[in-house]
Amino acid sequence: MSESNTPRQVNEVEAERSETLADEVVLDVALDTADGAMAPSVIPAASQGGQIPHAAGGSVFRQIVTGNAMVSVLSVLLAIVLGGILMAVTNPKVAETAGYFFAQPGDMLTEVFRPYVALVQGAIFNWTGADAAAQLYPITETLTVSAPLILAGLGVALAFRAGLFNIGAQGQIIFGALFGAYVGFTWHMPFPIHLLLVIVAGFIGGAVWGGIVGLLKARTGAHEVIVTIMLNYIANFLLLFLLTTPAFQRKGSTNPISPFLDQSALFPELLGPQFRLHAGFLLAVLATVFVWWLLKRSTLGFEFRAVGANQSAARTAGINVPRAVILVMAIAGALAGLAGIAQVSGTEKYLSGGVAASIGFDAITVALLGRSTPWGTFFAGLLFGAFRAGGVAMQAQTQTPIDIVLVIQSLIVLFIAAPPLVRAIFGLNPRKKKKAAGGPGSGTRPSGKIESGAATA
Amino acid sequence: MKLELKGITKRFGSLVANDHIDLVVEPGQVHCLLGENGAGKSTLMNVLYGLYDPSDGEILIDGKPVVFKGPGDAMAAGIGMVHQHFMLIPVFTVAENVALGNEATKAAGFLNLDETRRKISEISKQYGFHVDPDALVEDLPVGVQQRVEIIKALVRDAEVLILDEPTAVLTPQETDELLDIIRQLKAAGKSIVFISHKLREVKEISDIITVIRRGKVVGSADPSASPTELASAMVGRAVSLTLEKKPAQPGEATFKVRDLTVVDHNGQHVVDGLSFDIAKGEVLAIAGVQGNGQTELTEAILGVQQHVTGSIILDDVELLGKSVKQVLSAGVGFVPEDRKIDGLVGTFSISENMILDLYDKAPFAQGIGMKPALIASHAEKKVEEFDVRTPSIDVAVGTLSGGNQQKVVLARELSRPLRLFIASQPTRGLDVGSIEFVHKRVIAERDNGTPVMIVSTELDEVLELADRIAVLYRGKLVGIVPAGTSRDVLGLMMAGVPEHEAELTAHKTLEGGTHV
Repeated sequence: MSESNTPRQVNEVEAERSETLADEVVLDVALDTADGAMAPSVIPAASQGGQIPHAAGGSVFRQIVTGNAMVSVLSVLLAIVLGGILMAVTNPKVAETAGYFFAQPGDMLTEVFRPYVALVQGAIFNWTGADAAAQLYPITETLTVSAPLILAGLGVALAFRAGLFNIGAQGQIIFGALFGAYVGFTWHMPFPIHLLLVIVAGFIGGAVWGGIVGLLKARTGAHEVIVTIMLNYIANFLLLFLLTTPAFQRKGSTNPISPFLDQSALFPELLGPQFRLHAGFLLAVLATVFVWWLLKRSTLGFEFRAVGANQSAARTAGINVPRAVILVMAIAGALAGLAGIAQVSGTEKYLSGGVAASIGFDAITVALLGRSTPWGTFFAGLLFGAFRAGGVAMQAQTQTPIDIVLVIQSLIVLFIAAPPLVRAIFGLNPRKKKKAAGGPGSGTRPSGKIESGAATA
Repeated sequence: MKLELKGITKRFGSLVANDHIDLVVEPGQVHCLLGENGAGKSTLMNVLYGLYDPSDGEILIDGKPVVFKGPGDAMAAGIGMVHQHFMLIPVFTVAENVALGNEATKAAGFLNLDETRRKISEISKQYGFHVDPDALVEDLPVGVQQRVEIIKALVRDAEVLILDEPTAVLTPQETDELLDIIRQLKAAGKSIVFISHKLREVKEISDIITVIRRGKVVGSADPSASPTELASAMVGRAVSLTLEKKPAQPGEATFKVRDLTVVDHNGQHVVDGLSFDIAKGEVLAIAGVQGNGQTELTEAILGVQQHVTGSIILDDVELLGKSVKQVLSAGVGFVPEDRKIDGLVGTFSISENMILDLYDKAPFAQGIGMKPALIASHAEKKVEEFDVRTPSIDVAVGTLSGGNQQKVVLARELSRPLRLFIASQPTRGLDVGSIEFVHKRVIAERDNGTPVMIVSTELDEVLELADRIAVLYRGKLVGIVPAGTSRDVLGLMMAGVPEHEAELTAHKTLEGGTHV
């Protein structure tokens, strides 16, 4: 930000604050200024009247879901460090090698880092692999696992941007998978058309399940968090029930699983049959581009963002808020529904009770980590995909339970939800710097009477 | 008690909110702090009241340095503060509110309010407050609530009373009463620090005026200085306090409101049977104390109010029942009373806010695709035209000063051809310079031949802009009077006194010579 023509002190505050990575504080300076009757003053509202910063519920939510990227990166770093400590402490081999730490420190360090080495080996590149295919297999696994995470994460992120906390990705994934799988194994058509119809069906399934939430929210004021949680249960048990009915259950099977989808309804494999990577990942890339366009370049996205950032201003500007709420939930649900398609038409190839696994919940974390931006969500989805793919290899190689990956994921969320904690740990807290700045300073002390008639020019 | 501030400096990061401020408050003196919003008056008072630690400098009481760790220390030292927004609990009685913070208890921890009640009555009698200790605060008018705040300070034996923008929420009559109270307090030997940017009151009440600009004391002034001198000192450049405007050339009445009634969710008639016309090229100002139905009236016209009956006609088209988008498309420009809540999306950039209600119209959008390049060039043009001071059109609008934010709202609303222009509290919280600018723009729109409706609780603004003045009281129209109507008559009308009666009363007061 250029200081050359910054006419107002407020802007100086902003410049200073962003240096200290405290973008959220700037929002408070600007928006929560005491009250409507006052201009935004030069003093952070949080410090006016000595109140606890970020006291208003709405702005905390906004900060957590759309705060700055640095907190995301630092949160991941912290979580990995803490996860590493946890693994080291619980690993008997580390204790063993610690016994002769001073004789051979290398042994202990190797033990400490072994799980993470295995994680990287399982998620990105396996340098011990026999051939190129084996070496590259991990990264393709990561991409495969991340596709549904990205898609569902986009659904959660889009709703976040409109100020809605979509906990319902799980149910929306299930509905997308349900619709898509049904079209995939009951209808029989040639390849591209069949797959396209499956995708459309999944899109509609998710949109319906998400749209219900939007409709209830817009028409009755029902809180989306409660509605989505309940709809998750309904979708889950509806799926389990349907899988025992003749329409969905595989012929001749007693297990609650559906028939395989037709070959023509599956995503093509991208790198040949020895890899699981399928075109569902391309769908995730396209969806990311779509959401970026929607938010940045379309009138609809403008409405969503306006409703999310300031509903009353949106209404005053003539935006139909209920319509925006219904639409954004339908599109969010549709994106999650596509995650269901990535599962049934790509990875799983049939419908089962566990089709959504915990993707719908991980998607919330992915969106949070991605700061609700499309590309942020994309990369967060890749990271979580890597954790998932690498976690399996880690467990196999080092007997470190895969649950540690869950612990790391949870730690990430915990840190993201408490930005001041992260800043404090890294010494970035702007409040601490206040006392340091200062010194006596012998500025001129202007005084003197205003002489009558001497009004300044 | 003599209070002295020496070289008080308060920094927030690199920002210096108070820069070596020296201030001496003598006993029995009304010391006025004059300065624009954001000049650092409130920060200084928060330092004095123990809410902030000063970065540098000291506070002396009767020549002895003191350190306040919190408001408790300040109160114990004899400093009382009446905040702009009352710190009262509405569902508590006056006595309970006054006792709050140092409650006396009887045996077994029961609250003993008798002592508090006695003190309240005593103080009430001494200063003529007329406050019932057992009344619920929420039932009291704003002016009386403010007295409760003053009593709170006096019960704690305050010798120095800080009043932060005390008249912002009062009617002209209540303001006069407050000024009387201040005179009595002064006579009783109390010192008053009076913070305001309203020149008239400042001139009327203060013994000494200290002008603060951008965190620094830029000088002190005598109350006899002219308003123009004071305003210039406050802003730092010459300002003209009177708006130059040509007489209105009212044309045909194209905006007609008939029997407009708005019922709120409690079944109250918050707007009650309003009927008025506004002609092309005319400014009708809606005057009244805050909360007398102005908000509901404007929102009813915009179409965001529910339970509205009657009729709102613009250019022979009924607006009632139309969506906000349709109303805006009919050519209504709307500046909401609270720009931060209703006018702007604070996290959006200036260019996005410039098209907040035009985002889906050509040329800014085609189908559902938006045109970022056009939107940016539009914003550049408007920023230039309306003199919005900003480093770039991409900064979040929430980081701008109030005046610049309001310019963004105005620029947006005036950027399309209008058939009606409504502005609520168009200059609330703005500095003198921005007020000048906004008023010129409003008059320019009037001279374009647009019917203009201004809603303002500031009598000065009403008198400055209006061609006709409609006074609202409890949702009803007290009367519509011509622009030249006297302040006293308007003040009485704002308290619900009908026009002819108000004129008689005002006349009598003048003859009696009791009024200044």
